[in-house]
Amino acid sequence: MIYKIISKNEFKRFIDALVRSNSSFGPRLVDTDSRGEAVYQFQPVSSVDEIAFDYTRTTSSAKHFFLPFREELSRFHFHDGDWDQSVSYEANPVVIIGLRACDISALNILDDVLLNGHFPSAYYLAKRKNTFVIGMDHLPLPDCFCKSMNHHTVPTGFNLFCSDIGDEYYLAINSSKAFNFLREFETRDPQYDENCRLAERRKLISSSFRTEIDVTGLPAILDIEFDSPVWKKWGDKCLSCGTCAMVCPTCYCYSVEESFAPDLNSSTRQKRLYSCNLVDFAAVAGGHNFRPKNGDRLKYRYYHQHRGFAENANQQICVGCNRCGRACLAGINPKDVINDLRQEKDTCMTSVSSSPRRS
Amino acid sequence: MNQQGLRFEKLKIASFDFTCCEGCQLQLANRESTLADFLRLLDIRNFREISSERHDDYDIALIEGSISRSDEVPRLQAIRRQAKVLVAFGTCACFGGVNSLKNRVSSEAAVREVYGEMKVETMPVRRVSEVVKVDLSIPGCPVAKEEVERIIVSLVTGAQVALPKYPVCVECKAALNTCLFELGEICLGPITRAGCHAVCTTGKTPCLGCRGPAEEINMEAFLHLVRERGLSLGDLQEKLAFYNSFEAFTP
Repeated sequence: MIYKIISKNEFKRFIDALVRSNSSFGPRLVDTDSRGEAVYQFQPVSSVDEIAFDYTRTTSSAKHFFLPFREELSRFHFHDGDWDQSVSYEANPVVIIGLRACDISALNILDDVLLNGHFPSAYYLAKRKNTFVIGMDHLPLPDCFCKSMNHHTVPTGFNLFCSDIGDEYYLAINSSKAFNFLREFETRDPQYDENCRLAERRKLISSSFRTEIDVTGLPAILDIEFDSPVWKKWGDKCLSCGTCAMVCPTCYCYSVEESFAPDLNSSTRQKRLYSCNLVDFAAVAGGHNFRPKNGDRLKYRYYHQHRGFAENANQQICVGCNRCGRACLAGINPKDVINDLRQEKDTCMTSVSSSPRRS
Repeated sequence: MNQQGLRFEKLKIASFDFTCCEGCQLQLANRESTLADFLRLLDIRNFREISSERHDDYDIALIEGSISRSDEVPRLQAIRRQAKVLVAFGTCACFGGVNSLKNRVSSEAAVREVYGEMKVETMPVRRVSEVVKVDLSIPGCPVAKEEVERIIVSLVTGAQVALPKYPVCVECKAALNTCLFELGEICLGPITRAGCHAVCTTGKTPCLGCRGPAEEINMEAFLHLVRERGLSLGDLQEKLAFYNSFEAFTP
């Protein structure tokens, strides 16, 4: 990693040059909600002025740049009683500006699952490698809980990360591409004073969290609470609309569909992001559904997020961005669900016999 | 039509309109890029919007519209006797549709309002399935041609025909729309069957549920959501009743 200091004005010149010559996306104001709060999304940008550097949060994560909501996996051509399959992994280079530490952590988690697992995805790899990621730090929002998940800072997974130290950004340069781009712009090496300001900034961010979730031992608690009434309680509220998984930066579950073209001479295999909360997620041939209840489906989403599955070494995949909690119309959010589970475990501890005495 | 050693037959199809605007049938002639290929899958036996030829030897009958006149009943029953597969085509056929608004008043009052003193024979609007057995429903106001295309291809190739079971929210989130509830509106997206690519909500118009309820919707949670946000229950009733598609769930 190389560290540099850049003035905010010079940084804007750099971003402007970057977005003018590349297909770029950044946070943009898209709406004002009924409470008067600004709504942002990662949207295409063609000049620096379109980017809302002071954005609070985007409703949806940046996941779909790497895992599109719908993606063609392959195409089949039929001819003379035979067929060909064509597969295209190509991805155009893209610049994404303004990802938060938790969003980049989410990409690192997806890397673990989709690149370092048993079945690496060439589709994901092509997009990940061809995306220039510029991270920017921010002061946590009242409901951010990434610190509880230890994702409020991120050491890797980006090309460039900018920490706001007043009139300047403290740049962490993590790729030769970023280093070479920046050579055209005025930067300097950090001095003692800027290092101090970075430390201060880090400390301020770390001490500004207002939402904390106790996740110690959570995987074990989830194992113990498999049959907890908490799942029915929250499941009864669930609309099974899949919104949580759609906006989540790490939910990667999908379905695959194959369909003929209307001329019957070709067909495609398409992958679609799906959600374990959707009613037919666990439906199989013969009309059986392994998870017919809302509570069961919700439980599995929490298991995947907070207990982890074998395919990513039983690591939790939640980064604490709370996009699911904000977007859920039924008011289901990780903080309340996990606290409920903890309380459930506490009550069960007081209701059983005391621990064996020391002999 | 041969493909991979399989022989596919064209579908002998007919399309009929009842009480409707014929907009769903018109969709069949839409989506020009694949229209020629689409029509090649069909042996059109009866379809007045695109052909003056009339034959009665069809296997598949698309029924557009609801049933609101006594003479429509024997006509529909005759089609049922001929068709191997009878399709309720569009929201009016599936649920009664906008026409059902008439059922809120007496038939006499409805006729007087629209036709004045002119004598018009009418009766309360019924969905097609209240009159004859329906084999397949394709909802939508209008139907989505892309979905119709997919279903027709499935019928030709003998593949399973299925509509999305989940609600519109999935497609709305994929379009990166701001949730209309966040903008203070009541939107039926969370309880309405997807497949429309969230076309209305993408245009910032709340979903009115033209595709009917998604599978196993949680109406209680949905009502709670509307109440908790202090939104108008009257507005909700109005939306739920708009296409008559939530009749079974009306609180």
